[in-house]
Amino acid sequence: MSYSSGRILLNSQREGQISRFRTWVLFAVPLASILFQVYVPLFFHWLAFIEMPLLVVVYFALMRRSPISGLVVGAVVGLAQDSLSKNPLGMFGIVNTLVGYFAASVGLRIDVDHTFIRLLLTFFFYVFHEVFYWVLARSLLGQHFALELQRIFVLGLLNAVIGISLFHFLDRLRETS
Amino acid sequence: MESFLNRYRNITVLLLVIFAQLVLLAAQVKNDQDVRVIRVWAVTTVTPVARVAEFFRGGGAGFFKRYILLHDASEENRKLREEVGRLRLDNTFLRNEISTADRAKALQVFQQHTQSKMIAANVIMTGVGANANTVYVNRGSSDGIMRGMGVITPDGIVGKIVAVYPSASQVMLISDPDFAAGVISQKSQAHGILRGQGNDPLCKVDYVRFEDKVEAGEVFYTSGDDRIFPRGFAVGVVKSAKDGTPFKEVLVEPTGIQHGVEDVLIIMESIHQAIPELPPANQPMYISPAPPAATTPEGQATTATGDATTISSGTEADKLRSIYKSAGEAQNHVFGTGLPGSKPPDFKNLPTTPGGPPTKSAAPMKPPATGAPAPAAGADNPGTRLQRQAQVPTPETPAKSAPSNAITDPSKAAPKSAPPKQIVDPSKAPAKTPAAPPKGPGGQPLE
Repeated sequence: MSYSSGRILLNSQREGQISRFRTWVLFAVPLASILFQVYVPLFFHWLAFIEMPLLVVVYFALMRRSPISGLVVGAVVGLAQDSLSKNPLGMFGIVNTLVGYFAASVGLRIDVDHTFIRLLLTFFFYVFHEVFYWVLARSLLGQHFALELQRIFVLGLLNAVIGISLFHFLDRLRETS
Repeated sequence: MESFLNRYRNITVLLLVIFAQLVLLAAQVKNDQDVRVIRVWAVTTVTPVARVAEFFRGGGAGFFKRYILLHDASEENRKLREEVGRLRLDNTFLRNEISTADRAKALQVFQQHTQSKMIAANVIMTGVGANANTVYVNRGSSDGIMRGMGVITPDGIVGKIVAVYPSASQVMLISDPDFAAGVISQKSQAHGILRGQGNDPLCKVDYVRFEDKVEAGEVFYTSGDDRIFPRGFAVGVVKSAKDGTPFKEVLVEPTGIQHGVEDVLIIMESIHQAIPELPPANQPMYISPAPPAATTPEGQATTATGDATTISSGTEADKLRSIYKSAGEAQNHVFGTGLPGSKPPDFKNLPTTPGGPPTKSAAPMKPPATGAPAPAAGADNPGTRLQRQAQVPTPETPAKSAPSNAITDPSKAAPKSAPPKQIVDPSKAPAKTPAAPPKGPGGQPLE
């Protein structure tokens, strides 16, 4: 069954296909993404720009098409990121929760199997992730680091491109119905 | 209700998850005052409610007391209590100064002394929990309160600020086990660290050396070593002091929180003051000044500090000085008043005794054998005049050469206000400026 179609907007939520994944995929993929983020840059520092956990959250939220499921995935992955960072617990958690919720809400109305849509959404959620994290760090932690929008846009584009490849790979792990 | 929850289920779950993570975040993050954000939020949320509750409770109670029970008596009582507290602070300060110095000095020091800058505060609520040894006061960072400031009452120290919020501050009482303040005993000046004991109303003083003598009833004061409380504020009275190794076991009953804590003072700027001293065993005695010389009969010995003209005994220099002085007085000359170049008294015919008739060729004393030729009789020269002026003290010299008995000599207390007549009296400075006959350049006495 092909999930891609010529239309972008869905006429109703029923047209959207809810993807199902095996249980081990729901645990292994986020875990692997976090391991990738903390381990791979040790050897390939230039890969540190890849926000693999964010891409995984966006993917699962889009494909599950359930806001609650999306925010739970985002919260769990974000808290796991927080626990491995020097920041207080909750910073990545809050941001990824919102990303998961909004991605799932968008996935209800847009055909998320479309490649361009995936590219656009991944770029948008990367920028949202970075900007909202900057706002939280500034307001709650009192950290005043610069907001480099140009750098964020470039890295967002790169992450979106990588996300397209990742999403194609993850599409093979979902159960067809 | 069920349909409402079903309809807004997603957004509700989102808000709950976000809220939970915000709480989790606030529980870890500290603000610039080193207070966790969740505590700031909690206190900021609870404090206005407590203030409003206190406002209505105080307003209702105040209305009942002021207008129903006693009209204006409550307000007057409040003002009087504030004044009594302020006067007790002043009284403590004055007693400290008066016990350590004479009154004039104490007043002078008091005028120059600037007391610690304080701000009044009211206790609006206590800490949560049965063992809470903290209170909240209605002064916060908006009033300039900072963490670590000391809190006192006129009776003694109360605690210190441990957390500052915009509209309130948390005070750790001295009964808290985590509290510590440097203290010093009044009698033996034994240093120690005051610590609270939780529910025990008595506090203990740690690190008092076993060789230090601390007795029950002795008062401990702040030492100022902790950089929280300025030196000299009352802490408590020793209830028991047991010998121990290597430190004594001293228990102190705090005086600041003995009768509850309602109105307190927060020390904004600390200024140390002296520890009040106990009365010494041998106090200095006051000796009144000598009676005026004019009232004594001529030639009769009176007191040791009497006028030199009435002294029948003394050194040869004293006698010679008296002779020259009487000769000057016989010619209506006042020593020390002549301008440079004015005519000096005629010392050609000196009397043999003070006040006696002048003799033509009197030789009051043999000059020391120096071998130098004596100048001609009646010869005067600039060196003679200089020596003569040096003998007669100027108004400034007596103060500098006055006896060093600062406590018993009343003239020391106010040397600048002493009359010039007392100052130029040569009998006041016999030791530092011994009288000597005027001599010529070769050491010969002038005639």
